[in-house]
Amino acid sequence: MRSTEDRVLGVLRWAVIAVAVTVTAGPLLYGALLSLRPFQSVVSEPLELFPAPGELTFASYPTAMAEYGLGGNMWNSLQVALATAALAIVLSVLGAYAAVRLRFFGRNAVNVVFLGVYLLPGIVLAVPLFVLLSRLGLTGSLAGLVFVYVAQTVPVALYMLRTYLVAVPSSVEEAAMIDGCGRLALIRRVVLPMALPGVAATALYVFMIAWNEYLFALLFLVADRDRWTVSLGIAQLTEFSVPTTVLMAGSIAITVPVVAGFFLAQRLLVTGLTSGAEKG
Amino acid sequence: MAPTVLVVFGFAVLPFLAVVLFAFLDVRLVDIPRLYLDELDFTGDNIAAVWGSPRFWSAAGTTVVYAGASSAGAVLVGLAVALALRRPFRGRGLVRALVLVPYVLPVVAAATIWKTLLNPGYGLVNAVGTEWLGWREPIAFLTTTSRDLGPVEVPVALTTVIAFEVWKTFPLAFLFITARLQVVPGDIEEAAQIDGAGKTRVFWHLLLPQLAGVMALLAVLRFLWSFQNFNDIYLLTGGAGGTEVLAVRVYTELVVRANIGTAGATGLLMTGMLLGVVAVYAWMIKREKA
Repeated sequence: MRSTEDRVLGVLRWAVIAVAVTVTAGPLLYGALLSLRPFQSVVSEPLELFPAPGELTFASYPTAMAEYGLGGNMWNSLQVALATAALAIVLSVLGAYAAVRLRFFGRNAVNVVFLGVYLLPGIVLAVPLFVLLSRLGLTGSLAGLVFVYVAQTVPVALYMLRTYLVAVPSSVEEAAMIDGCGRLALIRRVVLPMALPGVAATALYVFMIAWNEYLFALLFLVADRDRWTVSLGIAQLTEFSVPTTVLMAGSIAITVPVVAGFFLAQRLLVTGLTSGAEKG
Repeated sequence: MAPTVLVVFGFAVLPFLAVVLFAFLDVRLVDIPRLYLDELDFTGDNIAAVWGSPRFWSAAGTTVVYAGASSAGAVLVGLAVALALRRPFRGRGLVRALVLVPYVLPVVAAATIWKTLLNPGYGLVNAVGTEWLGWREPIAFLTTTSRDLGPVEVPVALTTVIAFEVWKTFPLAFLFITARLQVVPGDIEEAAQIDGAGKTRVFWHLLLPQLAGVMALLAVLRFLWSFQNFNDIYLLTGGAGGTEVLAVRVYTELVVRANIGTAGATGLLMTGMLLGVVAVYAWMIKREKA
């Protein structure tokens, strides 16, 4: 015998679940469906969600990539995001290892500074970075953007990596050092392979931040269309009367790698390599 | 460690010190090529100009409302969804994954899709509203400053950007609250239920006190992040319709008015407000521990 309270809560529960799923996944589905319809039909029949038989078309994707230049922009984004992920990982593996294993002067101060950077408004940092890069003549260059992204992501990457590196048992490291392994070789041959899932997940996370970033791309690259990242490209296109179906195609195209990366990262984190490395 | 510290200092710590410097300099964007460290003119004019500008204070008010409402909204929605998904059912894994979609969606893609959804001409929301809900005319959600709804004036555009922020950030709250729910010991709850306490009472007296800590932390973190949010608002409204927040003001001063000095001063005051929030939170934590 269930009480009234239980019954009301039971109904409420399913209502919350239904609304949550509709509201979260709905917009993405809506975007995907619009990208498959001709623009004319979207304007005349806004309530028709699904493409009518015979009007299904993939034409918006090549139009977005070639005619509106999003393909080139995607290539820029890919280069920037890969370079950022690679640099940020190298720097933060060294940094995180030092933070976990080495004792050095000012360690706590450095940690506080990194936390501060994480909380500091990006828009505030944008002012001097904009001035600095203009002074150095680096605005409009993808390399300048990569440096900014690396500085923005290293603190986060460090925090993530630290937790994975702590999980590497120091006895394994000591064993390697007794066998004559140096510090750098130790990181490369012992620590990294053991923490690899965590490192890969962090790299993916940094890649996604760089891939999604908009503010600094807007500040540094807006004048030079050939160098736009894809986020900037789509945002700029919304300012002109570009058919919404093309914008939707672009939005879906930049989302796919991110969603794929996200699920890959989750997979990676489920498995760890450290279990069973120590005897007894 | 050394190279890591170098990059972070070079691109994050030094720039922040530079913001402090710029806030007290009379510089514009055109002056940059002739900017040398040994011939700087210091002035308090920027801070005074920003401090005395009604636009700054109205933006500050908008920012506080925006950050407060969206952080509270995100935590409450996250809590509701976490509770609804607490007991296992078929397809829960899929639902959990779908709920995370707004959080992983690139902000530009999310904003573009929302702009289309809310478009007065062919957007789904307005089509449903005029066709089925009896709206007399489509609502321009992203440009309308306010609208009379009987007794209350609703700030339409501001409400819309808050809804967007809640939508985009509640999955984080959901994840944290779910994680906390998983370590809540089950036996006390069972005992309470055997003693005849209903689910609502168990929630108020047993669950909520245990979740309060993580919810407060989330609310503060979300407040700090929403307070400095530029992307979402700029992409959706460009700061129009009563949605000009401080971050958008910094951008306007920097890019549109090309005034580095006032941009720096606005940024500095904004950071000061954030530090104030952090200090209050730290003080509250300390007091609770004492």
